[in-house]
Amino acid sequence: MPDIRALIVDDSSVMRKIVERSLRQAGVNLTQVLEAGNGAEALALVKDNHVDLILCDINMPIMDGLEFVKQLGGVPNAKGVPVVMITTEGSESHVVQALSAGARGYIRKPFTADQVKEHVLPVLAVKT
Amino acid sequence: MKSANDFLAVSNEHSDWIPLLELSAREVFELMLGCHLKPLQPVPETGLDITAMVGLAGQLCGVLSVRSSRESAALMACKMLGAEADKESQEVRDAFGEICNMVAGNFKNKVSGLGEGCMLSVPTVVTGNDYSLHSLTDSPPLEVSLQFENHALVISLEIS
Repeated sequence: MPDIRALIVDDSSVMRKIVERSLRQAGVNLTQVLEAGNGAEALALVKDNHVDLILCDINMPIMDGLEFVKQLGGVPNAKGVPVVMITTEGSESHVVQALSAGARGYIRKPFTADQVKEHVLPVLAVKT
Repeated sequence: MKSANDFLAVSNEHSDWIPLLELSAREVFELMLGCHLKPLQPVPETGLDITAMVGLAGQLCGVLSVRSSRESAALMACKMLGAEADKESQEVRDAFGEICNMVAGNFKNKVSGLGEGCMLSVPTVVTGNDYSLHSLTDSPPLEVSLQFENHALVISLEIS
């Protein structure tokens, strides 16, 4: 497993910690973890930092996760960076919207570390 | 698209949603905290001094709330994070709000038709118990009382 710099986007700092722990439990070799509380903060971070993986909530204040994924396509730094949504929004239309916007995976909350592994490792394998 | 009134009529005053509300909470606690919730009767009237609320809008309008004690909320945060948490900390309120958010999301995904047509707000957390929540309808809330590690936990759904 290569070194991975991850960006975790969620308005809950507790959830960001849980996602980070789940990534480590999944065997992802995290060398750096950046955190953002909404899509606008996340966009600012990816403009100035190279990341290999983004985990993103949908329901967030200021800029939601779907808008973030749409705008991410216009950030040169972020070309090809896989995004996996982790959200309470579990409807088929949300999944379709997220995948159409460019997300590569979708995990519904509540989740287990095994589900994170199942959805994240394949997108990292494709990228690397 | 069905109106909220159509939805009310079809679901027979929503009493059939109570098991789904309970299952939604059980799944969140089992997957995220590694805990099994037990039934609790009667509904406790004191000691519930922290409340998390998530608003629902769209095909179903209302508020889903989770109430417990601050000691209990600190224990929940501890189990979610795998580390001690001060019951007065922002981290505990954040964790408690996120539990409410996951219960609300899990619940709406279990009710046929709601997943697509109902939006959730970000959670709000209130501490203290000297307040009243007034619904704008006459119908009583759907309510489930559960036991989390010897602490009471009450899940309510107020439908507008």
